Amino acid sequence: MNMKNYVRFEFQSLPENVSFARSCVGAFAAQLNCTLEEIEEIKLVVSEAVSNCIIHGYANQTDKKVLIMATILGDSSMEIMIEDYGQGIADIEQAMEPNFSSDPNRTGLGFTLMKSFMDELEVESQLGQGTIIKLKRFFAVKNKEALA
Amino acid sequence: MDLEFKQIRNTLLVRIQGEMDMVVAEKLRKEIDRKLETKKISNLIINLEKVSFIDSSGLGVIIGRYKKITSLSGRMFIVGARPSVHKILTFSGINKLVSMYNNEQDIINI
Repeated sequence: MNMKNYVRFEFQSLPENVSFARSCVGAFAAQLNCTLEEIEEIKLVVSEAVSNCIIHGYANQTDKKVLIMATILGDSSMEIMIEDYGQGIADIEQAMEPNFSSDPNRTGLGFTLMKSFMDELEVESQLGQGTIIKLKRFFAVKNKEALA
Repeated sequence: MDLEFKQIRNTLLVRIQGEMDMVVAEKLRKEIDRKLETKKISNLIINLEKVSFIDSSGLGVIIGRYKKITSLSGRMFIVGARPSVHKILTFSGINKLVSMYNNEQDIINI
């Protein structure tokens, strides 16, 4: 599917940047024919994915890098890729189980929320190399003729 | 994030303002727990009227405080969650454990 627009940005693994990242991708998603509720859902999944990078990928080290690329495609869908270069996930299947967390103080709902609010979720991870999360969401196609 | 505490007899009211994500989760957890541990608190009311965003880090604080207050044989109430926040609370299942009200007055009236 043809790419219509994209944004790509990298930032330091500081907790303060989680809010920046979700706001940026949410603002970008507003270019699509989506509702405010859908934008809130996009912000939520970005928040989950970036928090995972910082908390799990980098064990809260704040001098690392997180990369985000968001793409709007011609079929009114949006792809979001979130990448870290941290410790990676040993067992992806286990990490994606609802309520599983390597940290007892956390809910383990991050991946469940991502799966629930996006149409596609793909996780690529290599121990010691990092993790790439790919998310995709389809939105209603704009049809100006139908509205006329 | 801003926090406001008010104690009414053995009930602690916490009014939270801002976004509940990983930036504020730790501070929020510590501040509420300090009050729960140092005061004689049996009930906890969390007012989310001014919370504009919550993710799993924020949920973790709420679920953790629920476990804590019930371990002290207390009760917890959530007040004023706007629809986008309410949806995430419902997703986590906390709405099945905690009574949710539109405003503080509704709790006082029960």
